[in-house]
Amino acid sequence: MRAIISVIGHDKVGILAKVTAECAARGINVLDVTQSVLQDMFAMIMLVDLSTATTPMDEFADTLEAIGNEMGLAIHVMHEDLFNAMHTI
Amino acid sequence: MHTINTKDILETITMIQDENLDIRTITMGISLLDCCDSSSDKMLTRVYDKITRKAEHLVETGEKLEREYGIPIINKRISITPAAMVLAACENRDPLALAKTLDRAAKTCGVNFLGGFSALVHKGFGPGDSELIDAIPQALAETDFVCSSVNIGSTKTGINMDAVARMGRVIRETAELTADRNCIGAAKLVVFCNAPEDNPFMAGAFHGPGEPDTVINVGVSGPGVVRAALAKMDGGDLTAVADMVKRTAFKITRMGQLMASEASKRLDVPFGIVDLSLAPTPAVGDSVAHILEEMGLEQCGACGTTAALALLNDAVKKGGVMASSHVGGLSGAFIPVTEDAGMIDAARAGTLTIEKLEAMTAVCSVGLDMINVPGDTPAEVLSGIIADEAAIGMVNSKTTAVRLIPAIGKSVGEEPSFGGLLGAGPVMKVNTASPAKFIGRGGRIPAPLQSLKN
Repeated sequence: MRAIISVIGHDKVGILAKVTAECAARGINVLDVTQSVLQDMFAMIMLVDLSTATTPMDEFADTLEAIGNEMGLAIHVMHEDLFNAMHTI
Repeated sequence: MHTINTKDILETITMIQDENLDIRTITMGISLLDCCDSSSDKMLTRVYDKITRKAEHLVETGEKLEREYGIPIINKRISITPAAMVLAACENRDPLALAKTLDRAAKTCGVNFLGGFSALVHKGFGPGDSELIDAIPQALAETDFVCSSVNIGSTKTGINMDAVARMGRVIRETAELTADRNCIGAAKLVVFCNAPEDNPFMAGAFHGPGEPDTVINVGVSGPGVVRAALAKMDGGDLTAVADMVKRTAFKITRMGQLMASEASKRLDVPFGIVDLSLAPTPAVGDSVAHILEEMGLEQCGACGTTAALALLNDAVKKGGVMASSHVGGLSGAFIPVTEDAGMIDAARAGTLTIEKLEAMTAVCSVGLDMINVPGDTPAEVLSGIIADEAAIGMVNSKTTAVRLIPAIGKSVGEEPSFGGLLGAGPVMKVNTASPAKFIGRGGRIPAPLQSLKN
């Protein structure tokens, strides 16, 4: 199963490091990363593979959301199928 | 293949975070036909056991899907076989005991509404129907989660005017018995013409007799997403508006279809339908009225509102129908006054009247929905409103419904509040010239010519 991690907020040092460290600690492989700055907002999107994850997806999502709150960022982990369903025929 | 389309991903996230996109309800339909028994006690035990067994994992599955997909699933609900059918076989029919059993089962399962304390009487009263209808006021006053509906007409059968007369009185009595709680009982009671058997939305959901044993139906929503999409358009004529609504409805419905098939797989219950509805909530940014205003009306209720709503309702269906393998339920734009911030404002301002709402129901997906009327509105006037709505539904081969709340002790302009998704809204003026003699005639309005399609 693959998921999309999205990080949206003001840019600061160490965002990518923090999120990838959380992934690595749970056996989650990062497949692709893209980032852009929209207006003054920073948006990073990661495609990750959860098939070797050591924690369930909902727990992982909760953890990242909490980290996001601490850093003043909105972090969401969402199943890849959602985006495929909405944006491809 | 590893691809990230930033634009698409951010669009979805914006829809969910800023524009109130959500799955409005996952509703499990459960047939109770195999619970019938001549002994009332045995029937009640079977009903409770079957509901709590079938829907045991409904809420936790919904919550898990919510977490994994990042889509809010606002309600998890249950619909059942019209209760009058379940009662029919009992020697001593006790509809109130059944309502309380249903309420208890709903609480055990953790759902927030259970629909189907219902009777289908569009051609006449069968065994159990009369007893159930008489028990509605008390049942809705003494339970928390049970919702009731009565189908009093259809295009095929015409309108049962004896039932129309009774339902006017039942609505009043239901409001009176819950007068201490802003008459909330009446907000849980819908009177239908052409009621769909697979509608997942409350308060009118029930599990029709033609449905399988259990089924998962999903209702999507997203008025805020449609409004935001229209707001981003740079000019454009109404064809362009309709195209934009279609494109947005497609995306919303694809999300609903995905959730419905996932829920169905995980619960091992067949997928029924996706109901492609625009269901507003009182939250700012989640209003159908604001979509109409975004199209160019000063306020919902202005001249042009019916045309704008017709365009919206049609475009939602056209966009949604290709996105789902099975579409059903009500599927269209809802116009519940107290649940829609824009409608509430328009009603307060006097721009939106009951007469205009009645015209709008000819082109929207349901009917006169969640409207506070003066507490002294006579039962015959309520019946007259029901008859008018049913006539619109019957002649146009569409579902129409009436969910009116007589605000006992309150008059025009006062604002009872129900809280939560049911919202709040002003008491609206009703034409009180008496239809008593017409309603008192009873009998049936014959089915219209358009019913003869064979």
